[in-house]
Amino acid sequence: MENILEVKDLNISFDTYGGEVKAIRGVSFDLKKGETLAIVGESGSGKSVTTRAIARLIPSPPGRITSGEILFEGKDLVKASEKQMQNIRGKDISTIFQDPMTSLNPTMKIGNQIMEGLIKHQKMPRGQAKKRTVELLELVGLPNASERVDQYPHQFSGGQRQRVVVAIALACNPKILIADEPTTALDVTIQAQILELMKDIQKKTDSSIIFITHDLGVVANVADRVAVMYAGKIVEIGTVDDIFYNPKHPYTWGLLGSMPTLDSNEEELVAIPGSPPDMLKPPKGDAFAPRNEYALEIDKVQEPPMFKVSETHYAATWLLHEYAPDIEPPEAVKKRMKGFAKTGTIRTSEEGEKS
Amino acid sequence: MSKEKLLEVKNLKQHFRTGRHSVVKAVDGISFDIYEGETFGLVGESGCGKSTTGRTIIRLYNATDGEVKFQGEDVHGKKSAKDLKKFNRRMQMIFQDPYASLNPRMTVMDIIAEGIDIHGLADSQEARKKRVYDLLETVGLNKEHANRYPHEFSGGQRQRIGIARALAVDPSFIIADEPISALDVSIQAQVVNLMKKLQKENNLTYLFIAHDLSMVKYISDRIGVMYFGRIVELADSDELYANPMHPYTKSLLSAIPLPDPDYERNRIRTTYDPSQNDTSEEPEFREVRPDHWVLCTTKEFEHYKKEYASV
Repeated sequence: MENILEVKDLNISFDTYGGEVKAIRGVSFDLKKGETLAIVGESGSGKSVTTRAIARLIPSPPGRITSGEILFEGKDLVKASEKQMQNIRGKDISTIFQDPMTSLNPTMKIGNQIMEGLIKHQKMPRGQAKKRTVELLELVGLPNASERVDQYPHQFSGGQRQRVVVAIALACNPKILIADEPTTALDVTIQAQILELMKDIQKKTDSSIIFITHDLGVVANVADRVAVMYAGKIVEIGTVDDIFYNPKHPYTWGLLGSMPTLDSNEEELVAIPGSPPDMLKPPKGDAFAPRNEYALEIDKVQEPPMFKVSETHYAATWLLHEYAPDIEPPEAVKKRMKGFAKTGTIRTSEEGEKS
Repeated sequence: MSKEKLLEVKNLKQHFRTGRHSVVKAVDGISFDIYEGETFGLVGESGCGKSTTGRTIIRLYNATDGEVKFQGEDVHGKKSAKDLKKFNRRMQMIFQDPYASLNPRMTVMDIIAEGIDIHGLADSQEARKKRVYDLLETVGLNKEHANRYPHEFSGGQRQRIGIARALAVDPSFIIADEPISALDVSIQAQVVNLMKKLQKENNLTYLFIAHDLSMVKYISDRIGVMYFGRIVELADSDELYANPMHPYTKSLLSAIPLPDPDYERNRIRTTYDPSQNDTSEEPEFREVRPDHWVLCTTKEFEHYKKEYASV
């Protein structure tokens, strides 16, 4: 499949009174047409900054893209002017933000908010735009759409508002949909509905989705591929099966171990000790080393490069180096790997086809 | 585990007036018991009344109707200031938002020691200091942190301060209202492990309110599922997850995303449609099997019993 987006060695810094914060330190990944890439990581790991940079939504100052390329269909977005970006945002690349309570304009009828993009990008006359708006609201499963277009955001519940936000994002059939924690503020039942809706629409429109979340359950549900971020870097990237059933990076082990599964009865969860590093003073060597019980001596001196595990699976940990000692992953992770042995034969071909 | 009842909630109601003619029935007649040393989980969607239940139990709201008995004594109703003070010492609360629940103008020392001062638990400045240092250590912080202000801490550390504050007066019962939902995944596990450890060491009883069902299952001995101000199902946590009976519980369980791609690929979600319920009579809380209660009508009750017998 062709790449619709390629991010190459992206570096982003923020200038603050305390000094330069290197929020993104050399992030590279690509996004294929029609696939869903999930980016996971703790708050402050740079997942939101990365995707905002793709839509060039980082305020500057204080933010700066210090180096790197973001190639969208071959064009470098880093070098694009604001005017060019305005033509891309909402049309080719659109974003669903986390909080449906704050991402809608409270003084505008929701119909007008959805129509904005249609009128601007697709040069639709108002009447036609309104018709399309009603269709969109029906598509996202809002009942009585033709009456509700003339209502204001406060007349909707949280889940309904998020549907409206999804409708805005979808209005111009974007090629890339960036969903920044779209379901974090919602209840599980509503979350399940929104996720189903997004998958459904993706199937119909063949758009690519970048899905940011810290909920690994949601990742398992939506993603084709997963990138795990820590302290401004991608530490592991692979297909959803690679990451869940054959994780290689100790940070991924920690994330998987700290979530209870419904059939787990272990006495204690495997918590990751400590807290994420202060990016004003990033530690020397591997940023995860101070929290990593498997850290080697070299982790304190030099950052690990990306090691190749398979064609689809890469991880940045010295444990994969040929001279590294053999280290057993924690119990909880080993159990997952056993599951992989059973299901390892079912691979990417079946992804996305869900009941 | 001893089967001593620590807390009895009987037909508790909490109605809020929202206008001259409109009343929101946030909690509408719920009953449950919490035994000593156990963790009782309360789950449900936002707006189902689970937080209100917690807040009413600890008297942050005055109940509209019903009874809350703590160690055999009525919590609500008229109390002298002295009795109230005694009660407050035994029941404490951990709040959801570690950013909003700590006073930004107080040092950590003063935040934690507030309860100690009110109840006169330290006879000297030295003793007070020592107690705070001990508490900080218990929750995994150190004494250098005592003179700092809340903004200097991360979310997980703040939640630890909140836990230390709750522990300061030696309570026997703690209401934890979504204590981990505002925290990162890796930090959530730290806080849950800490709460479990403290429970073992101090023989604490928890009421754990949350919407994250996998975490609730992990920490709770028994779970109550709330829907629109009522408990629709109550059972041991393993039993509830293995044999959910009420259609709402089923839909809730089927909606939890699990960190397992294979499971997710084959997930079948059921949705809850309240209009499918039997409306021929007012549903009542009935025991379908030992310690497994479901809100149902007589007809549904027979149906559940049959369904269970076939399992």
